[in-house]
Amino acid sequence: MALSQAEVLIGIKEIVEEVAGIPAASIEMDKNFTDDLDVDSLSMVEVVVAAEERFGVKIPDDQVSALATVGDAVNFIVKASV
Amino acid sequence: MIHVRTGTDSQILSVGGYQPARVVPNSEIVDRIDSSDEWIRQRTGIETRRYAAPDESVIDMAEAACRQALSRAGISMEKIDTVILATITYPYQTPSAATALILRLGNPKAAAFDISAACAGFCYGVGMASDFIRSGTSKYVLVVGVEKLTDFLDLDDRATSFIFADGAGAVVIGPSDHPGIGPTIWGSDADSRDAILLEPSWNDVKNGAAGGVWPHLSQQGQTVFRWAVFSMSKAGLRALAAAHVRPDQLDAFIPHQANSRIIESMAREMKLPEKVVIAQDIRTSGNTSAASVPLAMAALLEEHPELHGGLALLIGYGAGLVYAGQVVQLPPKP
Repeated sequence: MALSQAEVLIGIKEIVEEVAGIPAASIEMDKNFTDDLDVDSLSMVEVVVAAEERFGVKIPDDQVSALATVGDAVNFIVKASV
Repeated sequence: MIHVRTGTDSQILSVGGYQPARVVPNSEIVDRIDSSDEWIRQRTGIETRRYAAPDESVIDMAEAACRQALSRAGISMEKIDTVILATITYPYQTPSAATALILRLGNPKAAAFDISAACAGFCYGVGMASDFIRSGTSKYVLVVGVEKLTDFLDLDDRATSFIFADGAGAVVIGPSDHPGIGPTIWGSDADSRDAILLEPSWNDVKNGAAGGVWPHLSQQGQTVFRWAVFSMSKAGLRALAAAHVRPDQLDAFIPHQANSRIIESMAREMKLPEKVVIAQDIRTSGNTSAASVPLAMAALLEEHPELHGGLALLIGYGAGLVYAGQVVQLPPKP
């Protein structure tokens, strides 16, 4: 069953807060992981691994670098969940 | 009918470590890879590491670690009937490093062999040693992890040059009146065998196909990081479950020292309570592959003597990709 954008965003906020210690309230769809949230490539891998587990989707290594913003990640996961 | 032997419970009686004298800070490495001290610290936790002297061998380092472990256990080498040596950097295919070691240590009659399980090698050895004692095959076993990774390091490789280092660590494992070593959880993910390689092969060096390139380690950092973060906390939880030990009953967590970020991620995923002391020997030792877990154990007990006799989760993982872990009772105070 496809996940909704809203529920994936909530999940991503929780994961980024836990992995990178960034308050969930400051995490929005248009935020860039690197520039706005200071999530480096290793933390990004942790976010991806946690998101795969939580949402039951696959995010291949070669796709990770394309996920620049929180919205990119949310939309990728929503699509992959269909 | 064939008669079989049965043994006793097992425990780690002592740990010893040896680090070469030369301390190598990040500043000595960064110029060749266009990096910075800050970047290396942030990505790996490494501040300094130790490099062996050119004439200092794997056997020299293993001997020093073993002599310390034997002395701390109060066990003479004559009593050691089995020696298991984990390494990927002994530069001879045969005879084994373990046989060179027993000769040095003065008991050339002990059973002795090397194992090749890279950074998981020490934990593979602990599992085997414990099972040898439990089955009655052995009584006192020396398990040593030793590496001279600098012999197989490309100092211009931006993915590996700042990570790997040299050293040795050893434990004496012997009989016990209670279970001191839990069941070993081990396995492989050989689909990702290419993620860490030591290439080219000796054959390619000989026939010229290597183009003059000496065998050296290469690593797909992101693949290994992802595997470690995803799979190793689960393996750690399986080792705890197999030993019937809850995370809140642990005193220490001593994983392979590959990357401080992996160590932190594993601790978080396993939900280890704050009271569990986490080994972060990587800061001053780098990644010493098979030597990293016993070196980290020795350093932790130096820093926290109250942990002697406490419960620790060990887990090693690396090239293969292979892993092994177990819950152990840390050795008593010497």
